[in-house]
This record gives sequence, structure tokens and C-alpha cells, in this order.
Amino acid sequence: MNSTGVFPTIAWSAGAGCHGGCGQKVFVEQGKMVRIEGDENHPWNQGRSCPRVLALTQYMYHPDRITRPLKRVGERGEGKFEPISWDEAFDTCEQRLNEIKRKYGAESVVFAQGTGRDIGGPITFLAYSFGSPNWCQLGLSGQSCYTPRLGSMKSVIGDFGVVDCSQFLERRYQDPEWVAPEVIIVWGQDPPNGCPDAFFGHWIVDCMKRGSKIISVDPRNTWMTGRAAHHLQIRPGTDGALALGMLNVIINEGIYDKAFVEKWVHGFEQLKARVQDYPLEKVAAIVEVPADRIAAAARMFAKARQAAVHWGVPIDMCPDSTAVAHAIICLWTITGNIDIPGGQVIAKPSHGVSSYPYTTEELLQLYGEEMIGRLTKKRIGADTYPMVKNFRAWAHPDMVIDQMQTGEPYPLKAAWIQTANILGGQAARAGFHYEALKKLEFIVVVDLFHNPTSMALADLVLPAATFPEKDSIRAWYAPLSIIQKRVQVAECKSDWEINFELAKRFNPEGLKQWNTVEDMFNERLAPSGMTFQDLRKLGGWKMAGEGPSRPYRRHERGLLRPDRKPGFNTASGKVEVYCDTFKSWGLDPLPFYTEPPQSRTSTPELYEKYPLVMITGARSQLFFHSEHRMIPWLREKMPDPYVEIHPETAARYAIYDGEWVYLKNDMGRVKRKAKISRRVKPGHVHTMHGWWLPELQGKAPDLFGVWDYQINKIIPGPQCSKSGFGGGQYKTTLCTLAKIED
Amino acid sequence: MANYSLLIDYDYCTGCHSCEIACQQEHGYPVGTNGIVVKEYEYEAGGRVRIDYLPFFTPHCDLCKDRRTREPTPACVKHCQSACMEFGLTKELAARMGDRNRLVLYTHNPGR
Repeated sequence: MNSTGVFPTIAWSAGAGCHGGCGQKVFVEQGKMVRIEGDENHPWNQGRSCPRVLALTQYMYHPDRITRPLKRVGERGEGKFEPISWDEAFDTCEQRLNEIKRKYGAESVVFAQGTGRDIGGPITFLAYSFGSPNWCQLGLSGQSCYTPRLGSMKSVIGDFGVVDCSQFLERRYQDPEWVAPEVIIVWGQDPPNGCPDAFFGHWIVDCMKRGSKIISVDPRNTWMTGRAAHHLQIRPGTDGALALGMLNVIINEGIYDKAFVEKWVHGFEQLKARVQDYPLEKVAAIVEVPADRIAAAARMFAKARQAAVHWGVPIDMCPDSTAVAHAIICLWTITGNIDIPGGQVIAKPSHGVSSYPYTTEELLQLYGEEMIGRLTKKRIGADTYPMVKNFRAWAHPDMVIDQMQTGEPYPLKAAWIQTANILGGQAARAGFHYEALKKLEFIVVVDLFHNPTSMALADLVLPAATFPEKDSIRAWYAPLSIIQKRVQVAECKSDWEINFELAKRFNPEGLKQWNTVEDMFNERLAPSGMTFQDLRKLGGWKMAGEGPSRPYRRHERGLLRPDRKPGFNTASGKVEVYCDTFKSWGLDPLPFYTEPPQSRTSTPELYEKYPLVMITGARSQLFFHSEHRMIPWLREKMPDPYVEIHPETAARYAIYDGEWVYLKNDMGRVKRKAKISRRVKPGHVHTMHGWWLPELQGKAPDLFGVWDYQINKIIPGPQCSKSGFGGGQYKTTLCTLAKIED
Repeated sequence: MANYSLLIDYDYCTGCHSCEIACQQEHGYPVGTNGIVVKEYEYEAGGRVRIDYLPFFTPHCDLCKDRRTREPTPACVKHCQSACMEFGLTKELAARMGDRNRLVLYTHNPGR
């Protein structure tokens, strides 16, 4: 007898944690998930799964999982919580937050999210129903994760571009329209070890098997750099100079796509003039890669029939990162690679559905001009930074935390922190965040496990669901998918359920058209002409047919612009390499390079004291940011936080392999286990972020060892560019190594 | 008696750990026990640092004997993110190795 039910769903939520859209099969026996496997019929992953999904039974049924609402009964940080009912939890949130709103205004409540899985939909829904404009990824200095690249693409192209790995075609690699990119520049990422946004890292490996050649831009050595045709091992933070140097070669040697530039590019002559400021010898000295290698890589990219760039978060963490992204956009633009098979395809939300409203455009579509305009007036940072005002409706995270400390120009009194471990995760100057957040009157944490943030700060903890426990929608980018609830774990609720219930309490009149979360999904799904139940009947997903969401050459066919005229979705209808939008915001309309705020040239005295460039944040498939350290099967494969140290550096500091050491600078010191490795160059060290040890004591001051292991404790605060985006110093902070003497 | 094997194209093993956890989930193995273990190799060749990975198999590997009564492939093969593992008859896999580069064949003949 086989009583196991097998159900398809999509892994875009807590559990896997990432931004991917893998199809998964959930095996259920008597209401419990007993196994999970990749769905071989889903075009995204074709049956494959990551280790985090495969360990999901250990995650969902972990003895430490928070499974009931909790209220704090001791002092903050004392670690004393008692279970309460959902009714009491919702009542408390409603009363306390409404009281703060009456006294200080809705804007005094900050809504903080972690990374961008399906949380973007529910958290905006709640913040806006409450009336607060201050929604952000609190702690992420300069919004230095994809937002700068997205903002630049939106301004320069009018849409977003991604490497074409056939992900928009149902038959994937078998589709006759698709060809493999001849060349892929993998810029600042190690795709097989990470969880790229709305992308499956091994798609790059699939393309390599089908003939794609790789140009790696990476300060470190990885599996991929060792297999690249060219590995440009640049100094961290100099990506902008490299891109401008490559543009210099391609433009001055005349190997760009002249027909495309003639027809579809705005401002080429100005770009040509600008790149003359970046002669190859100068660039080579900045990036520390020989000029001939840069030139060879540039030629290889330009001469490929179809080529694309796959890029990562280090670009966002460069100073003036929107300008760095701009330069890289120019590379794929002037070589004529936009929206061609095997090139840089335009990525639009599937079927025009918005599941994670991160652009102002999507928010206007969902909430209307009047409301967004009104909220923008009070949004922290919108007055200061043009792109914060105009591209993405997030409050500026560095300014929010400063304002929490100063109370100027208005006080901040409460925080709703939803699946975001600010203190153990993304917060640069993490200690400062702790001090500022402690001042708040009321803090709700929605999460799945206790972590340093919930333990240190929460007055109320609400238990969130993993993906097999929830319904949700996904349109980022293709196919249009639904997450389907298959099991219930204790009293956990989905982020959508929690936020929908509270939003209705805050704004009963405005939300009366929806009785259930599914009613609201159906309204959001309306552009697709399908309902949640329709998609369920189809097996849970649908690839978009001919139209704006499906490649190729949409600019020629009038599929990119609202007016349906041929061209790109910009004012000029062309790709604006000279960006009038940037200019109108008071920004440089052309790309440029800025030296990292800490380096041998910008801070020579500091460099003398701290002569190692600390790269942080390379990924592993075992953990998603600060999650998963308590999952036995995963932690077994990487038990300790380590720092990669080149053998020459190790010899200089007399450090042996496996020894525990300090990474330190003027902000403090953090413990790491030494891993002597040629993965990094001499003079660089690398360590992973997000470390805290769930097995240590939770209550303050220990907070699971966060102040011993949280590397962002010694990452300084903002060095934002004029745009307001980028510049988090997660890749370029200077440090030194010290032995731990006991 | 048919002899089965696993063929690993280790040029494409990226060290993602999926095979290891797939094996532990499939067999319910606790921490410390696994049928497949991926090792990392760091070396220099052609003036470049290379990072390679190679899975090897322990006596806890039973080629997913029970699983294969309901699924065509072992759990590691199915979930390999690089799709660099193949399961099949030893003779057939061995015959396909001849003109390829950097492969490892893991033979599994319990009872010998």
C-alpha cells in the first residue's frame, strides 16, 4: 500500500530561501512532508534541486522551529517568550501599531524585509495599508543588492536584461529559436555556488556544455574561473574601470555593432568621447590585470555572434555602482546583443503580472499615482537621492537607521521585521543597528527560527511558513507560477496570510473587495487572464506565449513600449548610453569610475595599518545568507566560518591552516578559522557573511555568538553615490589578521 | 547478473553538495553517514589556479536499490545540478568512456 501523495509546487520562499523558481515535488504522508524532489517536468530546474531544498524535512520539522506566536515576557534580549494565540497576536499588533500611528504618524513605523523572495508583495501590502512609506531592506547599505543594477537598466534601456539561457522558452535548450551564447562574461559571481536573482546558477554550466565560452571577472579563483577562456582577476571594487577599459578597446578598434548603434543607440558619440578618459594602460594599472589580457577579452566578447553578461552583487557594492552597471550595459548594447537569441534578453514579469513589485512602475500599477505620490513625500531618502525617489519605492536603509538614532526629521518608533535577520545578516555596522533598533517602542519579528535579531529585539514573534506550507504567486520572470500549500506545520502562517489579516484590520474599507488572500491573488493575476485555480489545474505554471513577455527582438516589433511603437521603453525610444534620465536627476549621464573609499590609493595611511583587502559574501549552496546554520545535513558540510588566506599571506602572519584567527580593523574584530588557499591572491582575504551559531546561547549579550562571528560588524557605513544606490563596502573593506592568544 | 555503475564527468562537478544531501534524504542517513562524499581539489595548471571537485562513494551507497523500484535513477544522479552523473549498465557506460576526457566510473558489485 502506498499512501504517499505527490504534489508539485514552486520553491520561492523560506525553506530554500532563494530568489529562484524551481519546480519541486512534495511527498506527503498523513499530512506531513516526508520527502521532496525536483520536478523533472518543470522547465526551470528540470528535476534538479539544491541541497537546501533536499534538506527541507530537517528545516520544516526542526525542534527549534518557531511554531506558535510568541510574546516577550522578560526584558528585551532576556530570551523569555510565552506562546499566545493568533488572535492575541493580531490584536496586540493592531493596538500597539495604531497607538504609535496616532501619536507619531504612520511613517514612524518601519517595515523591514530581508532578501527578495515572495516577501515583496505582502510587505508592501501591509505597509501601505497601514499608511507607512518606510518599507526597506534595513541594514543593506546603499541598497547594494541588484537595486543599483536594476535602476541603471531601467534608466538606460527601459527594461531589464539577463543572459539568455533559454529560460523564457518552454522547451528550453531544445527550442529551435534558441542558440547558446558564444561568450558569457560572468562578472563578479560564482553562479554554481550561489543563488542568483531569478536565475538558476547551473544554467551557465548548461550553456558551457553547449559550447558557451566564459570570460570570468573575479578577484578570486573558483571552479568557473579555472575553466574560463579569460580570467580577469581584478582588484575588488574596480569593476567600473574594467568595463570602461573594455569599452575603450571595442569603440576605438571599431569592433562594435555599427548597424545596431546607428539605429538603436542614443548618445554614442558622447560615450566614445568619455571612454577616451580610460586608456587601457591606465585601466590596467587600476584593476591590476595586464592590458593585453583586457584587450583580448574585450575583442572576444565584441566579435562573438551572440554574447551576454551574467553579473553579480559586487557591481552593486562598488562606489557609484549605478555608473558601473551603466558601463556594463553599454558593453552588451554597443555590441548589438540586446534581445537576440543567446544574447542579453529582456526580462519582463511573466504575463505582465506583478508578484514582487520592486519598480515604481509596478507600484503605480498596483496602488495608483495618488497613493504612491503621497507616500513618497514622507519616504526616508526620497528628498535626498534621485533614484530612491524615482526608481524603487524603498526607504533608504542607511538613512533609516541614522534617523532611528537621531529622531530627525521625524521620530521612528516601531519596526515590523519580516524574515530579515538584520543583526546577523545584511547590516553593515551591525552594532550600530543594534543600538538604534533597541530604542524603538515596539518590534514585531516574523520568522521561522529565533536568530540574533528576534532574540535581541522582538516584543512579538510570529511564525512564518516555508513554501510547502503556503499559497503564493510568482511572476519573476518566467514562467508564471503558483506556490501551492501542501501541508500545515503547527500554527505557522504564510507571510501573505499574516499580512492580509493585519492589513484588513488597518484598512477595512480599502480592502473590502477581497475576502480571502486568493481573491487578491486573482486580481494580481488578472493581466494573465488566469486565476489561481486555473493555474492549479494547469499544474502550477504557464510560460508566456507570443507577446511582451517572450523574446526575441521585441524592440523591432513594438512589444516593449506602452504605446506599442517599435523601440525601447525610454524617452528617445533608444538605448540611452548617454542617459537623459540620469541627467534629469542631476546625475552624470555617462558611465565613470570611482576608486573604492578604502584602498591603497584612496586611504594610504589606513592601508599601511590594514593592508589586506577583505572580500566578503561569496556564496555557498548550503546556506542562504544568514539562514540554515541549524540544519544538520547542511551544517555538516561546512561546520565553521572560515577565512581564505593565500599561503604567502599566511606565512607573513605565521598562521597555520585550521587555526582560529581574528579579522580586525578599527571597527572591531571577528573570529574565523584560517583556510590557507590559493582561491585568493596575496593581499586579499575572503570570508563568508551571515554567520552566527544557533548552538550557542541565544539571550543577550551572547545572541548566538553574533558579535564574535558577524563579519558585517567590521564593515563601515554608507559611501553612497549621488544616486543613493550602491557603495556598501562589503567587498572592499581593509583589515588585518591577528592570532588569537589565549 | 547485471552490473550497474555510475559515470561521473568530473570536469563538470561544481561541488554544489546536492548529491550528498539527496543521498542522506533518500536513505534517512544521519550526520556522519553518507553514500557519496564530494572532495575539493585545489591545484595549479597552465599558470592558473584550478578548483575541481570529485564525488566518491562509500559502502553506504547501495545505488538506491529500493528507490529504483519506483524511480529510474539514484537520488544523486537525479538531483545533480550539473547533470554530470549517469547511471547505467557498467558495460554500456564503459563503452562510452573511450573518446571522452576526465571521467570516473564507479562500479558497484556488492557481494564481491
